[in-house]
Amino acid sequence: MSAPSSALRTGRDPYHLGHGPSTGAPEYTGHGGGGPAPKRIVVGYGFWIFILSDVVLFSCFFAAYTVLIHARNGGPGPAIFDLRNTAQETACLLLSSFSCGLASLAVGRRSLLWTEVALAVTGAFGLTFIMLEAHEFAGLVTRGYGPTHSAFLTAFFSLVGCHGAHVTAGLLWLGTMMAQFAAKGFKENIRHRYLCFSLFWHALDIIWIGIFTVVYLIGRITP
Amino acid sequence: MTLLGKLTWQAFPLEEPLPLFSGLAVFLVLIAILVWVWRKGHVPYLWREWITSVDHKRIGIMYFMLGSVMLLRGFIDAIMMRTQQAIAFRAPGFLPPSHFDQVFSAHGTIMIFFVAMPFMIGLMNLIVPLQLGVRDVAFPTLNSVSFWLTAAGALLVNLSLLIGQFDRTGWLPYPPLSELRYSPGVGVDYYCWAIQISGIGTLMTGVNFVTTILKLRAPGMHYTRMPMFCWTALAANLLIVAAFPVLTATLGMLLLDRYVGFHFFTDTAGGNSMLFMNLIWAWGHPEVYILALPAFGIFSEVVSTFSSKPLFGYRSMIYATMAICIISFMVWLHHFFTMGAGATVNSIFGIASMIIAIPTGVKIFNWLFTMYGGTVRLRTPMLWAIGFMVSFTIGGMTGVLMAVPPADFQLHNSLFLVAHFHNVIISAVVFGAFAGYTYWFPKAFGFVLDERLGKWAFWLWNIGLWVAWGPGYIVGLEGMTRRLQSYDVAEWRPWLLVMAGGVVIILLGILAQIAQIVVSVRTRDRRRDLTGDPWDGRNLEWATSSPPPAFNFAALPNVADQEPYWDMKTRAREIGQLVRPEPRYEAILMPRNSPTGFVTAFFAVVTGFALIWHIWWLVILGLVGSYATFVVFAWRDHDEELIPAEEVARLDRANRAARTTRLQERMAERESQQESHE
Repeated sequence: MSAPSSALRTGRDPYHLGHGPSTGAPEYTGHGGGGPAPKRIVVGYGFWIFILSDVVLFSCFFAAYTVLIHARNGGPGPAIFDLRNTAQETACLLLSSFSCGLASLAVGRRSLLWTEVALAVTGAFGLTFIMLEAHEFAGLVTRGYGPTHSAFLTAFFSLVGCHGAHVTAGLLWLGTMMAQFAAKGFKENIRHRYLCFSLFWHALDIIWIGIFTVVYLIGRITP
Repeated sequence: MTLLGKLTWQAFPLEEPLPLFSGLAVFLVLIAILVWVWRKGHVPYLWREWITSVDHKRIGIMYFMLGSVMLLRGFIDAIMMRTQQAIAFRAPGFLPPSHFDQVFSAHGTIMIFFVAMPFMIGLMNLIVPLQLGVRDVAFPTLNSVSFWLTAAGALLVNLSLLIGQFDRTGWLPYPPLSELRYSPGVGVDYYCWAIQISGIGTLMTGVNFVTTILKLRAPGMHYTRMPMFCWTALAANLLIVAAFPVLTATLGMLLLDRYVGFHFFTDTAGGNSMLFMNLIWAWGHPEVYILALPAFGIFSEVVSTFSSKPLFGYRSMIYATMAICIISFMVWLHHFFTMGAGATVNSIFGIASMIIAIPTGVKIFNWLFTMYGGTVRLRTPMLWAIGFMVSFTIGGMTGVLMAVPPADFQLHNSLFLVAHFHNVIISAVVFGAFAGYTYWFPKAFGFVLDERLGKWAFWLWNIGLWVAWGPGYIVGLEGMTRRLQSYDVAEWRPWLLVMAGGVVIILLGILAQIAQIVVSVRTRDRRRDLTGDPWDGRNLEWATSSPPPAFNFAALPNVADQEPYWDMKTRAREIGQLVRPEPRYEAILMPRNSPTGFVTAFFAVVTGFALIWHIWWLVILGLVGSYATFVVFAWRDHDEELIPAEEVARLDRANRAARTTRLQERMAERESQQESHE
């Protein structure tokens, strides 16, 4: 990617959208005529578009859940959810997002030790979240409220399980990321990948806020 | 037994000679080709230059070739259906119902997912980065993964010919028919996994192209300077990003129902099959425009070039494109007005469906006004564009007719509907693909296709379309429903015979196209496009040589207005030399080839096949393999390679010399004309 001509170098990015703190070179957002955007912008932007598509995927499961919420086949409704477990899950996920943010700061300061520590903490919280969710699912199944019991439970297990599957995939990615930092240090493409990972991890939090609200909180007031 | 899951000898169609022999024939031909390639020693070349290539032009060509092969497969299905309906009047015909149902399901699935999509995505791959004046797409390796995943889906569909059977529920697997209870075989599973795998590839293409178009453009190329094909590609890829996850989620729900006994769409335990209809068409209707919008873009390029005029109403064209992009998400319910959502809901969706015809009409008028007052050259691409405008307008009007809910109640599921969508899809998407193919073929391969055979193909296809589907409207109005394996209504018979004749005419058109490519390749030395601009084009793809070098442009062009290349060319003709002085050549970094796409697709086929046949150990193996592929890819250190400045200079100087010669010839022609005038 060659740099744009000097005539275009000035005044083409009035909002400084393309200027990150970590690189010294001038950057361009590509939304005007400033020429191709630098790689960091392209990678982050592309991954952001992917996250949007993932949000659309979740929206289908949200839609299915709200359509099927009353299709209970003589079984129970949202009253069976344990809000204490949900609160613990939420705490884990939000704290893991916080430590993921700390890891980003550590990457910015090129501190391998703190990056690895913060990522390990992120992974530990993520793993706890998954275990709490598995515990919740197992409890429901043993009480006879498995996903095959009714359309409502099908929709519940699928929506929450889809998020859980994303977190699991995120943990796999996180492990790979930690190994990459250890083996390759703070190379440019590794940092770009980390940018994508942190976007992904925070996006899963946002999805969880939706699940927390639509499934658990509204579930409490739904008969 | 359990080692191979559900897979037993019964999966092979040993008692049914037709699928057995056709399947065997296809695979023997495939194996013969592979053996021939191997024996001739072409494998290293194919591996190096094509299979592992991450060059957007190569990937685009491979997409188009995949689409062409699958077009033949889908067209054989069409011949079988037309023949069956021609002879199955008060008779069983030659296809038993179980086979006929697979044929119409496979035909629709293949034509939409593995013909129309690869054609459009292939042309976008080939042309969009060139038109934007950049060196590649945003994520070149991901692009290769996208292509190979699409090919993996196509392979799975074809595997079902020989091993097991294909889906028998139509091209969209409507529940409850597609649920395990009523479709216990592997057909629906073949459909679902093939579409899931290729769908992921398509989604990645969407992400890749949205990023490319929004973030990678030549200096000076503002949004309102982008060629119309780039605009329509942007709209189509935004639709992919927004719609394909819906397809993935919907088929995922159906798979959960089938594999682990969930109740999304079952008719027991509170499942709701109308949820499926709503979700699948929330993807399905945007999908229509994912296919049609790039075709509209191709026609815009072709009409403008061959009318020797800038596109009329460029800005209104952008507004129309983006209006279609948004409204296409608000019309899905018109696919099932008969569901009984009530008069208010049906009216709203009926009106929305009629409104979407307005921006489409704007486009038709813009193309007509582009031609008006222009110097129209009736070359093959332009013929396809004109044929499109006539046929598509008629097909579009039948669509507006069906947007009226009371009319739709009569026409729903009839052959009138089937005639409508064949009318619009063939005239827009297929003709668009062929227009783009003849228009950009010289850019891809460096020589022009034969005009005479091209015109034969055009007339045969155009007449064939109307002979094959004109009568469809009539029998539809006479009450014939779609997907009939046999019938006993005497009034329909003559029309169905005519329709069978139409498919023969289209077959002749396809043969003309095959002859065209054979003749053109054999006489390519006479057809060379030396300058890189055979049609007197207007956009940046014509500003580089044909075929373009791997890096597309030795120096990125500076864009100062809406038709940068036309601008450059006009000024060059005024001053009698190339406008841009020779740049200072520098080495160019390009992404390195990578087998990631091919290997990922290999594991995707293994995983998909294992899932279809419930071979669980193989599923795990496939998934671990895919993950390992990604890690290996992520671990490599040298992902780019340098093209030395001398090489860049050599390629660019050759093209500049050819262009200068052409320019001087042109000046000399003009002078001699002026002298003869005096």
